[in-house]
Amino acid sequence: MSETIWLIPLIPLLSSVTLMLVGTRLKASQVGALGVGSVGISALLTLLLATEFMQNQQVIQLSLWTWMEVAGFAPGISFYFDGLTLVMMSVITGVGFLIHLFSTEFMEKDPSYARYFAYLNMFVAAMLVLVMADNLLLLYLGWEGVGVCSYLLVGFWYQHNANGYAARKAFIVTRIGDTAMAMGLLLLFTELGTLDIQTMVGEADQTWQVGATVPTIACLLLVCGAVGKSAQLPLHTWLPDAMAGPTPVSALIHAATMVTAGVYLIARTHELFLLAPIAMTVVAVIGITTSLMAAFTALMQTDIKRILAYSTISQIGYMFLALGVGAWSAGIFHLMTHAFFKALLFLGSGAIIHCLHHEHNIFKMGGLRTRMPVTFWSFMIGSSALAALPMTSGFFSKDQILLQAYQFPEIGPGLWVAGLLGALLTAIYSFRLVFVVFFGSVNTEPDKDTGWRMAVPLSILCLLAMVGGWFMIPVSEVFPASDGSHPAHWVEYVSISVPIVGVLVAYLIFYTGQLKVDRLANSSFGKSLGKLWLSGWGIDLLYDRLFVKPYYGLANKLKSEPVDALYGLIVTINQTLNQWLSSAQSGRMRWYIASMVAGLILVIMLAANLPEGAL
Amino acid sequence: MDGLNIPLNHILLVSSLLFAIGMLGLMIRRNIIFILMSLEVMLNAAALAFVAAGAHWGQPDGQVVFMLILTVAAAEVAVGLGLVLQVQKRFKTLDMDDANRMQG
Amino acid sequence: MLEIVFFYIAATVALMATVMAMTRPNAIHALIYLIVSLLAVAVIFFLIGAPFAAALEIVIYAGAIMVLFVFVIMMLNLGEKGNKQERQWLQPSIWAGPAILSAILLIELILVISQTNGPVSVAAVSAKQVGLSLFGPYVLAVEIASMLLLAGLVGSFHLGRRYLDRDNLEKQGGQ
Repeated sequence: MSETIWLIPLIPLLSSVTLMLVGTRLKASQVGALGVGSVGISALLTLLLATEFMQNQQVIQLSLWTWMEVAGFAPGISFYFDGLTLVMMSVITGVGFLIHLFSTEFMEKDPSYARYFAYLNMFVAAMLVLVMADNLLLLYLGWEGVGVCSYLLVGFWYQHNANGYAARKAFIVTRIGDTAMAMGLLLLFTELGTLDIQTMVGEADQTWQVGATVPTIACLLLVCGAVGKSAQLPLHTWLPDAMAGPTPVSALIHAATMVTAGVYLIARTHELFLLAPIAMTVVAVIGITTSLMAAFTALMQTDIKRILAYSTISQIGYMFLALGVGAWSAGIFHLMTHAFFKALLFLGSGAIIHCLHHEHNIFKMGGLRTRMPVTFWSFMIGSSALAALPMTSGFFSKDQILLQAYQFPEIGPGLWVAGLLGALLTAIYSFRLVFVVFFGSVNTEPDKDTGWRMAVPLSILCLLAMVGGWFMIPVSEVFPASDGSHPAHWVEYVSISVPIVGVLVAYLIFYTGQLKVDRLANSSFGKSLGKLWLSGWGIDLLYDRLFVKPYYGLANKLKSEPVDALYGLIVTINQTLNQWLSSAQSGRMRWYIASMVAGLILVIMLAANLPEGAL
Repeated sequence: MDGLNIPLNHILLVSSLLFAIGMLGLMIRRNIIFILMSLEVMLNAAALAFVAAGAHWGQPDGQVVFMLILTVAAAEVAVGLGLVLQVQKRFKTLDMDDANRMQG
Repeated sequence: MLEIVFFYIAATVALMATVMAMTRPNAIHALIYLIVSLLAVAVIFFLIGAPFAAALEIVIYAGAIMVLFVFVIMMLNLGEKGNKQERQWLQPSIWAGPAILSAILLIELILVISQTNGPVSVAAVSAKQVGLSLFGPYVLAVEIASMLLLAGLVGSFHLGRRYLDRDNLEKQGGQ
């Protein structure tokens, strides 16, 4: 098995290529079988690999061939497989398979069925390359590959201008981070002479002291890449707009896998980060700030998918917080549980959208509890896990993060309090969603319930979201062990009770209506605050003013080619002179005569002024 | 004749006036016939200036040049009037401004 | 004394006739005024002691060249329509600009001329003297003049021949 791990990314890639080439000639059922089946085989292979790994704990390093060789720089097409890789691969293939299955029903009416699965398979392949890569360059290949697939899938319904705009935005904003990341890679290569992760980490340990400048800069540049990909402040603006894509895409790419690539990158290079405490603090602060910002924003959204998008940003913020405080395994654990429950929530919302004629506004839904029971239970479980109610998967992972954040030196308690506030908000907005959509009066009647291809993935994900917290992720070999100390018990109790309070608040406001917030919301302060939150703290507007508008202005200026205009001036002068001269050449005799006379006058004037005797 | 001869500059003045009048005619007329006539007037004025200058110094050169001018005028009129006939034939008009295209 | 008076009379006649010639709408009228002007200039030639030039002026200018004009005008058959057209073309707006230009040139010429003074010589330059210098120092100029006349001859023949093509004549006859 260990010699054949390259099959896992290859199969979806082959399927993708096949679908691209002959997809339009296949029947929908064949396309579905190919698209789902390839990922299914990958998932099975991953499962086999996992069982094997559980028995012997053997790290696999497989080098297929040398990619290129330039002046001592020889990155290989080579894979590295350990516990961290296994977790990521399981999420990608497992959740990916479920989402593919879900998609077959969700997209069945779409004319571009084959194109959809071609992109989706390619995404899975690229994501697998990303997590399996042995060196940072191959990782970067996968990194860009998923970026391209994300772009293609966000703009999948490219017939609408807004979707194309969202796709471009997603691509360009992440590109900003990617550029910084490429710079980080170059810096690492020039300093260490290799991009191979394992050797690089060993070299770095010997070359640099803790807190040295070069690793700090390199780590900060890597963080920039991670921030762009994982939609953290200040490069998070693309993710809510990326919801323009089909909902299963949002579930797979923009919740479960691709957006967590940044988390994976930092976890994978955590030895470097240990050399750069400043970079780690930056990661923690970015994470908690993003988390709070996105949680506040999610409170005010009315589009079901945007709520989930902001909640994703917020949850990834938690993962960043975990990474920043050195709780590596907690971060990866949260990554996994988040993949389960957020995929569940997204697929659930996809089911609602599918059955409600593409309705996105939660206030036009309502009362769906009895109409769509499977979806209702999915949402109940997913939201519970998201809110980290006890015994759900989210509870275990988030609890770990908060406890370890508390133990972080100096700013630890501050991070913990902020994290608790985020957890409270998370509980409120997730159950606001549940109460508004599934309880109350029916505003839009669904025309059908979910079919089995939707119900099965939802059910499996429900199960995973419930029990995912008991999984022991095999990363103890990868990350340095925590000191095992526990904070005081009251910290734990507070962490547990906060989400429950949040759910209660949401219940009182949105279900029973006993807690009146209308007065507060309708006051001028409340209104403007709500507006601010609705617009995501106005960051989009700010960027629009700060970057997009000036850039458009500049582009418009350049469109008229100012440098050419300079040369054009020469042309214009010549043309003007030419016009003057050619208008003199009019063929009109009398003008010729008149100009000759004028010349004669001039000549005589000059000649008459000559000194005596010169004539 | 004790200083009562014709002053040279008076003759030259007449010549200049004739020249100016001829040139004015050249510029204001559109009919080719009149343009040719104006040219004759101007040539004549120039000839007058030459002859007057020759007479001033008592030399025959002025009259020699007059003859040359006469030759030029004769040749010019011969060709010019041939052209007038051609223009009339092609454009059915003698308007100089209508014949401003550079090709037939 | 008498010569001076005659000169002024001849000069006045020449100028008046030229102005008339330049402003007539009728081509034949203009031509007759032009002949008068040429005759007056011939008188001036005679008065300033160039009788040979005066004779040539009358014979060739007023005679041969002007007759050519008459022939052509007759061939063109301009008529009353042409007169109307000419009057239309002689608007003040058209000749104001050229008049200013001519006036400026005239003023300049007068300023230049006013620097010269002195009378013309009394002694007439005879035809013999003219002939001597013509075939003496100016023989090259005579050759050039003969070439020019040949060119004029060929040119006018070439241009006029097409006008007198047979089919052209028939066409004109048919109109």
